[in-house]
Amino acid sequence: MEFITAENVIFYYENDDEQQNLIIKNAIDDVSLEVKKGEFVALLGHNGCGKSTMAKHFNAMLLPQGGNIYVDGIDTKTEEKTFDIRKQVGLVLQNPDNQLVASIVEEDVAFGPENLGVPPQEIRERVDNALKAVDMYEYRKHAPYKLSGGQKQRIAIAGIIAMEPDCIVLDEPTAMLDPKGRDEVLKAIQKLNKENNITIILITHYMDEAVLADRVIVMDKGKILTQGVPREVFSQVHLLKKHRLDVPQATELAYKLKCSGVKIDKMPLTDEECVEMLEGILK
Amino acid sequence: MSIIETSDLSFVYGIDTPFEKRAVNNVNIKIEKGEFIGIMGHTGSGKSTFVQMLNGLIKPTSGQVLLNGKDIWEKPKEIRKVRFQVGMVFQYPEYQLFEETVYKDISFGPKNMGLTDSEIDKKVRDAARFVDLSDELLDKSPFDLSGGEKRRAAIAGVLAMDPEVLILDEPTAGLDPMGRDVLLSQICQYHKERKNTVLLVSHSMEDIARVSDRIMVMNKSNLEMFDNTKNVFSQNKRLEEIGLRVPQITKIMASLKEKGYDFSEGILTVEQAFVEILTKLNKEGKVW
Repeated sequence: MEFITAENVIFYYENDDEQQNLIIKNAIDDVSLEVKKGEFVALLGHNGCGKSTMAKHFNAMLLPQGGNIYVDGIDTKTEEKTFDIRKQVGLVLQNPDNQLVASIVEEDVAFGPENLGVPPQEIRERVDNALKAVDMYEYRKHAPYKLSGGQKQRIAIAGIIAMEPDCIVLDEPTAMLDPKGRDEVLKAIQKLNKENNITIILITHYMDEAVLADRVIVMDKGKILTQGVPREVFSQVHLLKKHRLDVPQATELAYKLKCSGVKIDKMPLTDEECVEMLEGILK
Repeated sequence: MSIIETSDLSFVYGIDTPFEKRAVNNVNIKIEKGEFIGIMGHTGSGKSTFVQMLNGLIKPTSGQVLLNGKDIWEKPKEIRKVRFQVGMVFQYPEYQLFEETVYKDISFGPKNMGLTDSEIDKKVRDAARFVDLSDELLDKSPFDLSGGEKRRAAIAGVLAMDPEVLILDEPTAGLDPMGRDVLLSQICQYHKERKNTVLLVSHSMEDIARVSDRIMVMNKSNLEMFDNTKNVFSQNKRLEEIGLRVPQITKIMASLKEKGYDFSEGILTVEQAFVEILTKLNKEGKVW
């Protein structure tokens, strides 16, 4: 079942140039897409390709200037439903420091449900469960500013989970984290998707993260360049390289070998697959 | 003589308070003129504190920083000179832009060095050229630039002081793959032309692998490794233990080697791996 449907969405920014001419820049240029309930979708593309603008449409932070977006069947332009939509679709941003509000971890996580008017007894329960879901329960009494980047980002995610959304949109949640922090956050995201059946839309520049998704959507200049399961998308090494996008190193190596006449049936995405593939041809 | 040398360099935050924390612990390194050094370590490993001691922004609680053989804190009043010699680009430097035009912003450093107007002009234009900012952009307000341009303008502001040592703390964080590639190439080009010393702090193992001669690895306030790039990335297991990773390609080639295939140690780029595999296949006549 479709959870989010975008139909011919257009969104533009207006700017004046030096001669006071109106310049219209289409950030989203006639994009249609669907995200199914429980799906894990990765959104890739350069800075300025429109992916963050698109993400802000998913919880009615922005409304399309052309076309429609439906979240769980509700048109995001229905003003009286805005809060319902935001309750269903949580947004996690790049910098964890900008998203934490309280001086104690559990109070921070409680901020969302408090504002939804959830009864105190239930808030307690939701906070505990949310913290457990991201493996941060032992830190519930700690001060957020003393945590590592990965831990802070997981608190930000817990704050969203406590609102019990159906979908979480994460806009480059690991850009500021070290490799271990990135792993922690990704594990938390995957767990929420698999165990709690939360729909995930992950915007990222890291190809190794995109590989984990059910489906990858690549955007370029406000349009969808290509989409499909990660293996299909990353097999189009030539197309991605032409648009100066990255592919996983494992896939790039296989592609180069293939171009030199080595027979490769299945393009590898992960290190294990690549090792297996190389063993096959070296034997 | 090394351009930078540290002896038992340590820094402790909040001495005599309950929050006392040793951020950098007895670090001894020697960096030669013209080297490109990568610095990596988990968040909180002490790498930022360490580099801030190198240009005197933080005063060590014990130990010394020697710049061209001289203790930078010998005459505390002259510490400002050290900051011109050791230039620092912080994380998200675009937040530090403040002037009316990009030109004025870049010229702020050289102006404070007491140079003449024509010298300043040359430094500004040279710096702008290195980061590929066109002349029209120089007259614009820095706030009208795109994110990537802002970042490059801020970096140009440090390059314009022509520091002997350039330190960059996560210069590519938040950029997309293309922006990252462009900026890294510009830094490499600058390094090649000026032959100055560059220290690059980064969480991106791929970036570090691509550009560094040697790598410093920090772990829990201590210097864990300081060796050439190949040797550091050969220590796959140890790096993972301390919360770091090696580039995917390095990992792939290392596990093949473990399985008994004969490849070089510490392969760092896809190109390198490709050449080795192809050579091997050709030798065995396996390419059709």
